[in-house]
Amino acid sequence: MKTILILGAGTAGTAIAHKLRRRLLNDWDVAVVDPSSTHLYQPGLLFLSFGDETEERIVRERGSTLGKGITWHRETVKAVDTASRRVELEGADALSYDFLIIASGTEIRPDMIDGMLGEGWRKNVFDFYTLQGAKALQEGLAKFEGGRLVINIVEMPIKCPVAPLEFAFLADDYLTKRGIRDKTELVYATPLDGAFTKPLASKTLGYLLEEKGIQVETEFMTGEVDSEKNVIRSYDEREVPYDLLVTIPPHMGASFLEDSELGDELAFVPTDPHTLAAKNVERVFCIGDATDLPSSKAGSVAHFQADLMTENILGAIEGKELEPSFDGHSNCFVETGHGKAMLIDFNYETEPLPGQFPIPGIGPLPLLKECRRNHWAKLMFRHVYWHALLPARPIPISPTMSLAGKKLSAAAELGGE
Amino acid sequence: MSLEDLQTDAEGYLANRDDWSEELANELAAQMSIQLSDEHWKVLNTARAIEGESGSSPGLRKISKRSETPIKTIYKLFPDGPAKLIAKIAGIPKPKSCL
Repeated sequence: MKTILILGAGTAGTAIAHKLRRRLLNDWDVAVVDPSSTHLYQPGLLFLSFGDETEERIVRERGSTLGKGITWHRETVKAVDTASRRVELEGADALSYDFLIIASGTEIRPDMIDGMLGEGWRKNVFDFYTLQGAKALQEGLAKFEGGRLVINIVEMPIKCPVAPLEFAFLADDYLTKRGIRDKTELVYATPLDGAFTKPLASKTLGYLLEEKGIQVETEFMTGEVDSEKNVIRSYDEREVPYDLLVTIPPHMGASFLEDSELGDELAFVPTDPHTLAAKNVERVFCIGDATDLPSSKAGSVAHFQADLMTENILGAIEGKELEPSFDGHSNCFVETGHGKAMLIDFNYETEPLPGQFPIPGIGPLPLLKECRRNHWAKLMFRHVYWHALLPARPIPISPTMSLAGKKLSAAAELGGE
Repeated sequence: MSLEDLQTDAEGYLANRDDWSEELANELAAQMSIQLSDEHWKVLNTARAIEGESGSSPGLRKISKRSETPIKTIYKLFPDGPAKLIAKIAGIPKPKSCL
């Protein structure tokens, strides 16, 4: 029996496990290693924070998401030895592999920032990138009676890079409905030079910040959370006071990749941007949030990568050259509040453009433009996730980006990408 | 390539990667009142190397770890927004998000 071992059974690991299982004969064991008994639908955390989603709907037993034919080792990975093609586990026998797929994602590391885990943690300092964090934040927001609500990205890269902005937009909506918007200053502190960093997005979407009265603190690199004074302090000694802080802490790859031959300084895996093979090692691929690629750390990217990586792994088994097929394609809904959302579609080379999706000229979903249809599509997506994306059933969206239906002239006018 | 002939984007980042040279970096830094020392170069070369490997301009923590330069020191070397200044002088794209 030959083995494809997949480290991590999140969105990327589960989807590629199903794809490979369908395509490989029974002389191949398709196995995942993941210690967690549940699978979390991560886009639901944003809504859960505002009480618009329930834990029951976004968490499922992992066994039910893997199904028959996929071996599940419910263990924690300790280390990978690529020379002997073995994965060492905590408190269990090592596993051998013929091909290895690293799908171990990324996690938030509040411990990396001085004071973040201090007195205020989960009292008036919250994250919403974990289930516990989003649940605590839901309670924190319910008790909030006004003051300064600060949303702070500590540094890039982060998972779902638009989520903090969506949080700000939804917070405006939430506070308005609660009748305390006029008692609240909404602040968005980012290490980048703006809430929008691409020329076309800045031009076409800048109005959202103005319309919703969101103050933006730019080039703010948080060095410390001071829970006594309730301020975040940057490396250049600027202070942003808060009554309620929603932090997006630094992200790192899985702990078994730290200080290993496979991980970089942030424990992400140096990966070929087009073939998705891990660099400098044989028979190892990397997918989803675990890579060091400039593509977004988002579920849609994991899905597109799974499509293309499946072909590459089947080719590699037959000794063929790897196809440089992945183009960085990403496709995300962006909630803008008050029942509306945008849709963006982009890749390594092309920034999000206006247009129609998925059928050029018809839609029905407009790109880079707010509308109610996009919001409903985002809500419906939870069903698509559980029933099609995760079990890798066909979804009629190309894994590579198409320029059809996009207005290229919009970017050209601004000298954009 | 002299500063007068240099092509940049609307925000002052180098338009063509191949236009970059050490001399140009010195001139760009001087324009920002920075005299490049070995310490500056260690940071700049690290940023260029990471961008070359991964295809995106790195955050300060990654630069700091690889160049073994504390983030506070990077702020002293490149005051007024090190992420931006490093990218401009090192001739790599602006650090950005997907929107």
